[in-house]
Amino acid sequence: MHNFEYHRPTSVADAVQSLKGAEDGKILAGGMTLIPTLKQRLAAPSDLIDLGAIAELKGIKDEGGMITIGAATPHAMVAESEVVRRVIPALADLAEGIGDPQVRNRGTIGGSIANSDPAADYPAALVGLDATVQTDRRRIKADDFFKGLFETALEEDEIVTAVSFPKPEKACYAKFPNPASRYAMVGVMVARAGGAVRVAVTGAGPCVFRLPEMEQALSGNFSPDAIKGIEISADGLNSDIHGSAAYRAHLVSVMARRAVTDCA
Amino acid sequence: MAEDMIGASIRRTEDFRFLTGQGHYLDDINRPNQVHAYFLRSPHAHAKIRSIDTAAAQSAPGVVAVFTGADIAADKVGGLICGWVVTDRHGQPHKAPPHPPLAQDTVRYVGDHVAVVIAESVAQARDAAELIEVDYEMLPAVVDTAKALDPDTPQLHADAPGNLCFDWELGDKAAVDAAFAKAHHVTRLDLVNNRLIPNAMEPRAAIGEYDGGADSYTCYSTSQNPHLLRLILCAFVLGVPEHKMRVVAPDVGGGFGSKIFCYAEEVVCTWAAKKVKRPVKWTAERGESFLSDAHGRDHVTHAELAMDESGKFLALKVDTIAGMGAYLSTFATCVPTYLHATLLAGQYATPAIHANVKAVFTNTAPVDAYRGAGRPEATYLIERIVECAARELRIDPAELRRRNFIRPDQFPYQTPVALVYDTGDYEAALDEALKMADYAGFAARKAESTKHGKLRGIGLSAYIEACGIAPSAVVGSLGAGVGLWESGQIRFSPTGTVSIFTGSHSHGQSHETTFAQLISDALGVPMEKIDVVHGDTDRIPFGMGTYGSRSLAVGGSALMRAADKIIEKGKKIAAHLMEASVGDIEYSKGTFRVAGTDRTKSMAEVAFAAYVPHNYPADLEPGLDETAFYDPANFTYPAGVHIAEVEVDPDTGLVDIVNWVAVDDFGKVINPMVVEGQVHGGIAQGIGQALLENCVYDKESGQLVTGSYMDYCMPRADDLPSFKVGMTETPCTHNPIGAKGCGEAGAIAAPPALINAITDAIGIMHMEMPATPEKVWQAIRQTRPAAAAE
Amino acid sequence: MPTVSMTVNGKAASGDAEPRTLLVHFLRETLGLTGTHVGCDTSQCGACVVHVDGKSVKSCTMLAVQANGAEVTTIEGLANGELHPMQAAFREHHGLQCGFCTPGMVMSAIDLVRHNATPSESDIREWLEGNICRCTGYHNIVKAIQAGAQAMKG
Repeated sequence: MHNFEYHRPTSVADAVQSLKGAEDGKILAGGMTLIPTLKQRLAAPSDLIDLGAIAELKGIKDEGGMITIGAATPHAMVAESEVVRRVIPALADLAEGIGDPQVRNRGTIGGSIANSDPAADYPAALVGLDATVQTDRRRIKADDFFKGLFETALEEDEIVTAVSFPKPEKACYAKFPNPASRYAMVGVMVARAGGAVRVAVTGAGPCVFRLPEMEQALSGNFSPDAIKGIEISADGLNSDIHGSAAYRAHLVSVMARRAVTDCA
Repeated sequence: MAEDMIGASIRRTEDFRFLTGQGHYLDDINRPNQVHAYFLRSPHAHAKIRSIDTAAAQSAPGVVAVFTGADIAADKVGGLICGWVVTDRHGQPHKAPPHPPLAQDTVRYVGDHVAVVIAESVAQARDAAELIEVDYEMLPAVVDTAKALDPDTPQLHADAPGNLCFDWELGDKAAVDAAFAKAHHVTRLDLVNNRLIPNAMEPRAAIGEYDGGADSYTCYSTSQNPHLLRLILCAFVLGVPEHKMRVVAPDVGGGFGSKIFCYAEEVVCTWAAKKVKRPVKWTAERGESFLSDAHGRDHVTHAELAMDESGKFLALKVDTIAGMGAYLSTFATCVPTYLHATLLAGQYATPAIHANVKAVFTNTAPVDAYRGAGRPEATYLIERIVECAARELRIDPAELRRRNFIRPDQFPYQTPVALVYDTGDYEAALDEALKMADYAGFAARKAESTKHGKLRGIGLSAYIEACGIAPSAVVGSLGAGVGLWESGQIRFSPTGTVSIFTGSHSHGQSHETTFAQLISDALGVPMEKIDVVHGDTDRIPFGMGTYGSRSLAVGGSALMRAADKIIEKGKKIAAHLMEASVGDIEYSKGTFRVAGTDRTKSMAEVAFAAYVPHNYPADLEPGLDETAFYDPANFTYPAGVHIAEVEVDPDTGLVDIVNWVAVDDFGKVINPMVVEGQVHGGIAQGIGQALLENCVYDKESGQLVTGSYMDYCMPRADDLPSFKVGMTETPCTHNPIGAKGCGEAGAIAAPPALINAITDAIGIMHMEMPATPEKVWQAIRQTRPAAAAE
Repeated sequence: MPTVSMTVNGKAASGDAEPRTLLVHFLRETLGLTGTHVGCDTSQCGACVVHVDGKSVKSCTMLAVQANGAEVTTIEGLANGELHPMQAAFREHHGLQCGFCTPGMVMSAIDLVRHNATPSESDIREWLEGNICRCTGYHNIVKAIQAGAQAMKG
């Protein structure tokens, strides 16, 4: 990788300062995507601002009817969290299925969502569970956060500090992993809260998206049969050597039904 | 002691250093004052190099030198060679276009070597490589083996018109045609043996070093055969006298064939070491391994099998196009010919066989031997077409195989494709495998799966391979540029410890254990007093290395011959010590005895006397140190039956391997634990080929699409089941151990077993490898639209 | 060049490292601990797994500066006069052939047992998603880890 200046701030404010001061700074969270990218010389930032020493960014809180997860909380901590497991088991399951154990020990929720990788799992959790992203300056609803392929609503020097999840009545995540990379080829989060149902899909398209037709059908009848007949269009879905758009479209249906079944 | 050494699962000697992080793999070695090489590689599949500007790189921080093809040419460095000349149907040798270590004026695949930057650190070398400006003129490319011979296809080499390397045949075409003319039934099959990337976990690496005072070189290399590498480096590429070159292959982290060959990187590091007067080290990044390690397989085949009304095979004909890549690798040409077509009889008494193989150049990495090398391709097509025939004829696949097996009373059996099988009992392995797999209970299990909405299938594969490579006279007559014997040396010390020197090379095969076991048994020396030395041309006798499941059958046999010489000499020493005549000395398990008496001398006492010859036969040389060379009389023929059972999820196309049975006949087994480990690993690679792995080049751009583990699907622990392994034994008839070889069996047997099981589950004739979830789902959707739409 | 200090296998260790220096290279080249290997460049093979502050991580996907002040354990730090029970189990069950992936496998396996003292076959196979072995077909690795977990209890 190319060389860079390394910063290790101990507060969010200092991190923002460092980011503003850098010519082409990048935030280093868990580094699970960024470091391989740098190793392959696909990016050459002037500065890396490591969030690893900022204590306030790490941890899980259950307050105000929400589960709030600090941006620098590793996936393993979410997967093993007693409170997450009790309140939103689907979220613990999803975190437990990200990458491999070593990735889960380093990779963070903030890093994952700020990257908006089309094959990442967390975007499906945020959108499916109607979460809110907290940054150093504002709150952004998950629906407004993910903008496209590797694109979010974050400003250049904005840092994710936490994600807050409301407590669903029922939620489940079903994933079909890419056989090689093990990223989600299709991952579907189905959640019911206050009578409303959300269905969020990752892996299949350039960015996480919802399926209003399924959501409506499930709001009336929360059972796999309710969405059996719903055709998913392959238009605009990802297509690669591992799966065509048509196959991904089919898997979206299958995973959605499995997620609903698992909610029972 | 030593009562039960042969056949005992002795724990491995080599494990302690590997388990404690004290192995010495190549990248662990650093030489004083070394510098680092980084290779600039072609980003294009096919292009002319108009110019290369290295000025900026030359003056970058830490850079010691930058070399291009022009520097190689100016020093008259030779090209990489192919060491096996295949003579085509018209009596012409194969086309062998130049293969320069650094491209001269044209690059022919993505990853081809354009320049090397040598710098104080790897990072500096890589930084500087980005400053090299290469002006490429793009040329049209072909990466598709099936299309390489089409008219108007871009041509890679001026001296290989139409991209044809050779057009070769084996077998009696007239006899085959006659048999087809009277056939009751003919089964036809088109199939592709998918291209694979070997992916030993240790990436290739090399250090070149030059000693100006002695005018001699050392090349450290991740090699499976250091002497062969030395021979090629010296006699063909660098023009260095062989005694001025030492090649060291230290602990090597897996090879699977890909580390047999002489590659550009070790040539360039060794050559450059003299230029820069410092050791030059290179370690591949995984991405470079994907691009530049020799790939495997890559066959496109049409096969036809003729049968009579009872399902007896009358004849087999096979037409194959085999991809060679952009240049010929070290043994590329023998793989689709002598290691492939000669195995087309399989386990069957098919009386007439004809094979035509056309080898072609494409704008892809060179293709060469990969675990099994030609034999997996042969087994795959035989066992697939036999399976299809059974389905067409509605004969149970096990029964159809049984009807056509070569019977035990037919050995030695001359096949119609040149080989003579010495021994075997194919039905015994089949029966054992059917029993272990509970073949009879399959229907009930299938019914149970159906209840749960799953598709269940079972698939057999009866494989054979020719191992113990190889009788030198035979391979010499077929075009091999080397002999394929092996050497072994046994050296006692005065205190009775033993060093074994072998020309075989262990890169996971456990030679340090099994060879010591063999010699411990033969000479009665405890294992802990034996060391096995391999991998250093300055320490071991000239040897041919490890590949083709040859180490025990050939290298072990050489050691047994050396042990015989030790015993022979020991008898003379013991006779003298005990004042008896040599003819009266009996030897058994480390003890020399005067026949019919209780007078004995131990091996340790004899060794001591040999080195401290105060009381010693006058006409005998001191010392106890014997070398033997063993050239096998024939190949060995391991064979067996694997059975795969799968459950397919019709919703997703995901295949779950629910059972795997392997019954193999490897002849005499020295260490069952090690042999089973080899079987497991082979099966995993075979399953990898059938289910997961595929090398894909983009047909338009020629870019390697599967250039990392993100896209090249390596078998992981949760892709695989545990394996049930059984053995039958018909000892090899022509080597002193009775061993046949076990390293490649699983990789040969597994792919057809799995594809047979998957196609059985879905109810289709054929599916190309790898059977990815999407492919399986698509096939289900076509055969049973209702199930897939669910 | 920043100086990086950490505790490695119970001993203080420090050295200069460019910010871009990966932890694995710091361990191998600066500290001479070559038991930790590099088998890929996309964080998938797991040959480089070490423990940082008690958790298994891929040392090829972590900067040396990120480990400043951390407790690091490598394969060299496991055996204490005699083999660690997990190392011994790998030997007993032939869980290694060429040995290249082995250090990462063993380090990963020990972290598994910390999470799950009695892992089933499928627990082990799932846990090993981040460790690739090309030699063994995993069969004996799975057996070794089960036995190693058992031995670690006693």
